[in-house]
Amino acid sequence: MCFAVPARVVKINNLIATIDAHGARKDISLLLLSEEVKMGDYVLVHAGFAIQKVDEDAAKDALNLLREIAEAIE
Amino acid sequence: MIDLIKDLFGKIGSPVNLMEVCGTHTTAIFKHGIKALLPEGLKLLSGPGCPVCVTPIKDIDKVIAISMRNDVILATFGDMIRVPGGEKSLSKAKAEGADIRIIYSPLDCLDIGKENKDKKVVFFSAGFETTAPSVAATIFEADRLGVDNFYVYSAHKLVPPALEALLQSGNAMIDGFMLPGHVCTIIGNRPYEFIPAKYSKPCVITGFGAEDILAGIAMLLKQAIDGRAAVEIQYRSVVRVDGNQRAKDFINEYFGVCSSYWRGIGLIDNSGLRLSEKRRHRDAERVFDIDVIDYPEPSGCQCGLVLQGIKIPPECPLFGKSCTPERPVGACMVSSEGSCAAYYKYRQ
Ligand code: SF4
Repeated sequence: MCFAVPARVVKINNLIATIDAHGARKDISLLLLSEEVKMGDYVLVHAGFAIQKVDEDAAKDALNLLREIAEAIE
Repeated sequence: MIDLIKDLFGKIGSPVNLMEVCGTHTTAIFKHGIKALLPEGLKLLSGPGCPVCVTPIKDIDKVIAISMRNDVILATFGDMIRVPGGEKSLSKAKAEGADIRIIYSPLDCLDIGKENKDKKVVFFSAGFETTAPSVAATIFEADRLGVDNFYVYSAHKLVPPALEALLQSGNAMIDGFMLPGHVCTIIGNRPYEFIPAKYSKPCVITGFGAEDILAGIAMLLKQAIDGRAAVEIQYRSVVRVDGNQRAKDFINEYFGVCSSYWRGIGLIDNSGLRLSEKRRHRDAERVFDIDVIDYPEPSGCQCGLVLQGIKIPPECPLFGKSCTPERPVGACMVSSEGSCAAYYKYRQ
């Protein structure tokens, strides 16, 4: 039930964003975000609300961390 | 990645039990066939993180009673409607004439409310910290748009107090926790810091892809090898240390913490959310003030032990016999995120 999916923002109208999730368009609320969202950003969507902005650079950090773990045990 | 896990596990040299707290993880683990990839002795146990599974019979029965009123339209998420109550489920009540709608977002209730001004629209809301902010924001919108006929029945629960109860009971043998990525998107790391501090158990907040889950397992094993215990974040694209402050503010403004009964597990202090005093006029439990008789858990059902990682579903005598997804006995067989349903769907 805590299911949430990342989706790309294609339009913003005040606190409503239109997202594209695998070709399907849907309006969601931005009320729960404090960070500013721009067109083209990815947001994590749960039950009709964006609950976080997706940060791809941070995702890369996690991969680097794993590389370090792998190197450390060799 | 699986080689890395095998190497790390080999360094530990003894059995390791990890608990995936979240039902969404349970489903993903089965879907990706992850258990079959893991070396022998490295086990994943499902935890209490399936909201449908832990919603008590009494809440289901109260909501059914509310839904039978002529002046009510009841709305809820799809998973809730098949859960067996004491005598029946919401889907049975619907077949008997109750106006019950399955919705995708709580915001959908506001449209239903606007179109049906002579009815009271009650949202039966279950879920963890992931979902509570959306419900709070929907109440904010109802106030703003003047939708006065919108009510919430809150069966909301909080994850960290349930883990504390689990650890305190000492019944489950757990060496580390794969923490729920989307709950933590909202609340961040800090509410879990008691786990390494008090119980010395490693924790990793993990995402939901196959690679994420394997990475989470590797990070947990690495902590064990280093003799460390901390709350680490694997799911960095969306989880920040402090979570989402605005979403947390919404929870605090619209809800208050209360003790809450977890189906199959029991009463856990400070583990639930009910609408705050200021919003009591929208709280269906207080507005409709109904009471129902207490029903015991279905006899033989082991959901409580399954939810605490003490038993696995095939150890339940009813599993796959009198209890199947078509005819569920316990709630863990209803929800697609329930451990019993996942074991059944992917059984060999
Ligand atoms: S198999 Fe059915 S009866 Fe047994 S624990 Fe799971 S839900 Fe309960």
